Amino acid sequence: MRVGLVCPYDWEVPGGVREHISGLAEALIELGHEVSVIAPADDDAELPYYVVPAGRAVPVPYNGSVARLAFGFLSAGRVRRWLKDGDFDVLHVHEPAAPSLSLLACWVADGPIVATMHAAMPRSRALHAAQPILASALEKISGRIAVAEAARSTLVEHLGGDAVLIPNGLHVRRYEKAEPLPGFPGRGGTLGFLGRMDEPRKGLDILLEAFPLLAAERPELRLLIAGASGDADDVLPKVPAQYRDRIVILGRVSDADRIRMLHSVDVFCAPNTGGESFGYVLVEAMAAGAPIVASELDAFRQVLRGGQAGELFPTGDAAALAAATAKLLDDPAHRASLSAAASVAVREFDWSVVARDVVRVYQAVAPATGRVAVSL
Amino acid sequence: MTPMTSIIVIALVACVGVYISWRAGRLDRLHARLEAARFALDAALVRRSSVALELASSGLLDPATSVLLAGAAHDARSAQSAREMPESDLTRALRAVFSQPDFRTLLAGREGAEELLGELESASHQVFLARKFYNDAVAATLAARRRWLAVMFRLAGRAPAPEFFEIDDSLAPAGEAGPGADLPHLTS
Repeated sequence: MRVGLVCPYDWEVPGGVREHISGLAEALIELGHEVSVIAPADDDAELPYYVVPAGRAVPVPYNGSVARLAFGFLSAGRVRRWLKDGDFDVLHVHEPAAPSLSLLACWVADGPIVATMHAAMPRSRALHAAQPILASALEKISGRIAVAEAARSTLVEHLGGDAVLIPNGLHVRRYEKAEPLPGFPGRGGTLGFLGRMDEPRKGLDILLEAFPLLAAERPELRLLIAGASGDADDVLPKVPAQYRDRIVILGRVSDADRIRMLHSVDVFCAPNTGGESFGYVLVEAMAAGAPIVASELDAFRQVLRGGQAGELFPTGDAAALAAATAKLLDDPAHRASLSAAASVAVREFDWSVVARDVVRVYQAVAPATGRVAVSL
Repeated sequence: MTPMTSIIVIALVACVGVYISWRAGRLDRLHARLEAARFALDAALVRRSSVALELASSGLLDPATSVLLAGAAHDARSAQSAREMPESDLTRALRAVFSQPDFRTLLAGREGAEELLGELESASHQVFLARKFYNDAVAATLAARRRWLAVMFRLAGRAPAPEFFEIDDSLAPAGEAGPGADLPHLTS
């Protein structure tokens, strides 16, 4: 099949949706399909061969934080041209309610359109305000996919209609083996955190509150932070001075170092406080075989099989996070069994499995509605 | 005490009394000016978000821009306390929308576009001005309240101390005109 994928967020900034789209694109190509992705990106940016740039993304306040999006008539024109050149059997847009390329693609295209919902959006009133605008573009979608139950209920509650649940995928093989970073995990134990340091919902502050509780009794315990954004100078002052030299901040890391980082920790912490629809970092940590402590968000609970593949603690509770982490640090056998359970549970998230499910959705909508055409 | 001294003392007390009540009256006038400025600012903000919402649902824009604008305008209008953040976000959203290349050119000639854009621009100017005047009134009131006479005789009564309203309302795209510009323009 000829498949056109639309990414609403800046291709040059790492993020869950972008990872999802590149993983899906590569898995589809491996299955023998022809794939083109359009995404906000500079025209001279270095991109994979299957990505077409739609022009530079603009940072705008959206859904409680700043998102880098592409909107406006010029972007719509780029999408239209891409659709004409692509002559796709199916158009697959991601996060179509986000004010960016996906919504524009629904606007200008006709024919078999599949959409994947990623985020849970509790801010329903703002969505409600935009509903009439969204409705006419979104009603063209003939097959809807949600990556998690939370994303699916957002859709059901706010936009109407239902969706098939197909989880996010990843290339498990790439994560299984990696050399730990030099000097890690070390004898005294290492905790790990992966995510944006300046995004409160990622919960780094809760981990920074829990760390001194653990570090006080464990003189060699360290905390390894790989943050896509944020400033180390904002992070360290949140921890008492005597523990600061035990916090190692890597900043933004390459994909390879990201995997090495996951192999460098004794316990991986995911203290997120909300807004996570799926928990990609968790699945990454599972694929790398890291023992996990995560907040008990619905999405996390589901990925970790209700606690079988990782410990859960009450969301936002630093003391509970410290207690759960301490339990794991003191019990290597329990760590090993969690890690083994995670390695099994993560197989259902491998792209080879997930992409086949997505193709079934394509096949369900494509023959009924013909090819993708440009409507405006 | 001679009658002469009594007269002088009574006159002095009367003078002081008149002076204090004059100061109290001045503070009262400042509070009244502050209230008026607050109403003006509130009206300007509400008008701006309403016009932004109107533009978003006018069908003139592409759906992505519309959704962006509708979300920001809605958040600004529905914020009860802590208004500064969503209002600043609305400014940023407007700035991002209006600084799209050829934005005006692409909309030119569409029915109602000129009027709506003009109205939004004027509403944004109103926010800029109303906020400036409100913050002026706050500064004047705070200064008057801090004088020893006002403090000692509690001339401000139970009126709560006013707070500055700090938002990003500069509408020039970053780098093109500094925040010093008195009348910001959405686009050149």
